[in-house]
Amino acid sequence: MTHDLPLWGEITVTVFLIVAGLFALVGSIGLVKLPDPITRLHAPTKATTLGVGGVLIASMVYVFATEGRVSMHELLITLFLLLTAPISALFIAKVHLHLRETPDTLPEAPDSVGWAGYAADGPARGVREVPPPEPGTTSTSI
Amino acid sequence: MITYALIFAIACFSLGLLLNLWRVIVGPRISDRILALDTMTVNCIALLILLNFSLGSPIFFEVAMLFALVGFVSTVSYCRFLLRGDIIE
Amino acid sequence: MLSRFLPHPLLSLTLVVAWMLLVNQITVNSLVFAVILGLVIPVITRPYWPDMPRLRHPFRAIEYVFVVLYDIVKANIEVALIVLFKPNRDLRPAWITVPLDVRSPEAITMLAGTITLTPGTVSCDLAANGHAVLIHALHAPDPDVVRDTIKQRYERRLKEIFA
Repeated sequence: MTHDLPLWGEITVTVFLIVAGLFALVGSIGLVKLPDPITRLHAPTKATTLGVGGVLIASMVYVFATEGRVSMHELLITLFLLLTAPISALFIAKVHLHLRETPDTLPEAPDSVGWAGYAADGPARGVREVPPPEPGTTSTSI
Repeated sequence: MITYALIFAIACFSLGLLLNLWRVIVGPRISDRILALDTMTVNCIALLILLNFSLGSPIFFEVAMLFALVGFVSTVSYCRFLLRGDIIE
Repeated sequence: MLSRFLPHPLLSLTLVVAWMLLVNQITVNSLVFAVILGLVIPVITRPYWPDMPRLRHPFRAIEYVFVVLYDIVKANIEVALIVLFKPNRDLRPAWITVPLDVRSPEAITMLAGTITLTPGTVSCDLAANGHAVLIHALHAPDPDVVRDTIKQRYERRLKEIFA
């Protein structure tokens, strides 16, 4: 494959591609390396999103430098990923809170109203992992 | 120069995919698996766009867009199933 | 009269722009179709958009977007360094409670999204009365600093943007 670009385009695209690749790799390494589920949430949701954003910017610069037209297509995917990344992260965090944590392991909410995820009529009433019963007590949770 | 940068980026994203796959297999928690699958879709989107670079075919953009949409919806619906035991109420 | 055919001008504009981006070329054909979509979809989906948030300072919102983009890049580098070079036993993850001054749902949504996108912190849950947000920090030796940064840097700006 041949790429005929002006020098500035070539340098910009190269820099963006390398930085994007490194960020994505760091995100995936973090997913493997970090110690427990909730800290693992930190690395991939954001570093990988930034990596994809870098690739998309590189693609825009490339199209502009080779064909001289502005391709805004990529912007749509970037925006969509930036909008959806926090939502997926929030959902995964909620699943973690729902399955692995109890109100006792979290800090107290102000006004002592409790966190919404644990409210009696709140959103979480689905599959729940049964905690191992304490010796001497009978577990009644489902 | 761009050719080498492309190869480097494709290598990074592919290695990332392999690491994610390892996390999907090993787990150990279900939230880890969902997170790893979500990251895999994002990495796949980047790989598709890099493929678009090297093959020069605009069709990959539509595929990347569909990946973004379907990946988000599947992550949310899987989480929702775990949270509520139901997806559409 | 105008509000009947154009219930949400901003939504119509977003739809037109999104369609033009999707088509990726500016021709009269696609522009006409984009305008048709922008007119029809808001009317059809009107029951799902009960009321629109009021923006007090739209231009502050643009400033906010750039502040957040800059922070995303800067903080991503910090997290990358933590992931690569900090041994796991030196990590100080922490749960942090951030009391909220903003009350409108849109502002809280924006704040929670911003907290998640700026790496090092993920917003996890909301207090049952919506007056505080629970966040998890990857490496926070001093949780008060994180809380003050969020309140100073993001919440203050959001309070100005949303009336």
